[in-house]
Amino acid sequence: MYEIIEGFLEAARLIVTLDPDVIAISVRSIIISLTATVLASLVAVPLGAAIYFGTFPGRKSLINLIQTLYSLPTVVVGLLIFLLISRVGPFGFMRLLFTPTAMVIAQTILVLPIMTGLTISALSGVDPVIRDTLRSLGATRLQFLANIMREAKFALLATVAIGFGRAISEVGAAILVGGNIMASSFASSTRVLTTAISLETSMGNISESIALGIILLAIALAVNLVITTIQHR
Amino acid sequence: MIELEGVRKQFDEKIVLDGVVGRIERGEIFAVIGPSGSGKSTLLRLIDLLDTPTGGAIRVNGADIHAGKSLAIQRMMGMVFQKPAVFNTTVAENIAVGLRFRGAREAAIREKVEEALEMVDLSGYGDRRARTLSGGEMQRVALARAMVIEPEILLMDEPTANLDPVSVATIEDLVVRINRDLGTTVLISTHDMYQGQRLAHRLGVLMNGVFAQVGTPREVFTLPASREVARFVGIENIVDGVVVGENGATAVDAGGVRVRVAAPLAPGERVSLCIRSEDLRIAPADAAKAPPGKNALPGTVASIVPRGPFSRVTVDCGFALSSVISWKRVDDLDLREGSSVTVSFAPESVHAVRRE
Repeated sequence: MYEIIEGFLEAARLIVTLDPDVIAISVRSIIISLTATVLASLVAVPLGAAIYFGTFPGRKSLINLIQTLYSLPTVVVGLLIFLLISRVGPFGFMRLLFTPTAMVIAQTILVLPIMTGLTISALSGVDPVIRDTLRSLGATRLQFLANIMREAKFALLATVAIGFGRAISEVGAAILVGGNIMASSFASSTRVLTTAISLETSMGNISESIALGIILLAIALAVNLVITTIQHR
Repeated sequence: MIELEGVRKQFDEKIVLDGVVGRIERGEIFAVIGPSGSGKSTLLRLIDLLDTPTGGAIRVNGADIHAGKSLAIQRMMGMVFQKPAVFNTTVAENIAVGLRFRGAREAAIREKVEEALEMVDLSGYGDRRARTLSGGEMQRVALARAMVIEPEILLMDEPTANLDPVSVATIEDLVVRINRDLGTTVLISTHDMYQGQRLAHRLGVLMNGVFAQVGTPREVFTLPASREVARFVGIENIVDGVVVGENGATAVDAGGVRVRVAAPLAPGERVSLCIRSEDLRIAPADAAKAPPGKNALPGTVASIVPRGPFSRVTVDCGFALSSVISWKRVDDLDLREGSSVTVSFAPESVHAVRRE
């Protein structure tokens, strides 16, 4: 019990004094997951829109498949990427294994299904009368799409936030393709919040873990705050 | 100007429109009336190019609009929907959407939006968020949004169905003014036949997928074309019978009771007689005989049901006839259930429609 309380006190000290290691890990986490989220958005939003507005055979099954992939296990994605970029894999020559780039790729793939699926839901959430009104007002195809997106903007924003939340909180893929490396240079290190917590806890450094856990929670909280503020505007 | 040539629409197995034929003239207010689910919305949506007909053609100014769906045709029309729906932005931006689609200049947009706001009596609301408005105000925004693009044709799909009476009156007033001042052709659908009567130059009664009748409100209300139309336009007394000759005059035998009819009908024809309740007179049975030539049917009062400041008195004369009379008159005549009375009405008040 005493160790836990002490852990919390030490954690507070690490955060308040802006411990260089803790800050580096936190910033790296945000950069990697944010990059993955942005990349995934660039694919998921147009893809979701194409699926939502499209009429093609197998559309319903495709949406079902996407929804099934919401709960894609992170270690499975990690393993898949690992196999692809490991020395013996087809992309082994790119020497991506245990780099932040590998982590970005893994997290992008991890959040793609949920972001695509939520984009479809966001667009379905637009009142059909709004759609009719836009067409009735003589919108071109592009004007129609742009305005539907604008009507769905809050739901789309929530989609991005959920994608970021899933990316920054996953540990399986990050540890498999990142390797939890603390190298001398910031850019070649792959230790992020989740992998660091996992490591420090197993090594008995409770206070480090608690500090990193608090930061991880704070990031999630901040993202949520931003969303609720925008949605209430 | 709008010609409907056998317009058909089928959703899966369900036939909604089964060959609608009609013509809406330039500059008129034409109301499509009919019971819920009769296909009024479907018809308007087909005209506004929001749905595609299964068969037939819709022509606007002579051109088949579904043959080469073009933005130009769509942009000739504005539509207001039943459910008030606004874009999640300001009132002014809502109204400006159509103008922006057409690439109007910013200064022109501001001026036209201001005019439109004034027209719907929402001046000063431009910067309000549209979602914060009441249903009636939203519907006025929707009307301004449709009108700011100066459409040739304004389509309104039950625009007042979800509104309170004051908002209904405001919208109706606007529709009449738009039509009168701007000459816009208005096609409005409503399940409220009285709204149709108040607004429209002509009515089309949509039933069973076709126009059962098209005519002026007066024609539709006094000379319904069929039993169903008569029922829909609120004619309380509809009596089925067979035409018989009677001393040179025309009469109809309805289950043994003879009713004289002014219109010439061929003996043997099966008809429904439509008699408006306000044309019926109820008098005590022992009162002086009705003038010759008038119908005077003896009967007993079957029920007296209050209706606002009036009472609806139903008399069994072999068939039921009901009339709406004031409470005072009910008291004066000492009417109660079972009273013997005479119901009288002129043969001219009887409108006969053929039955299939």
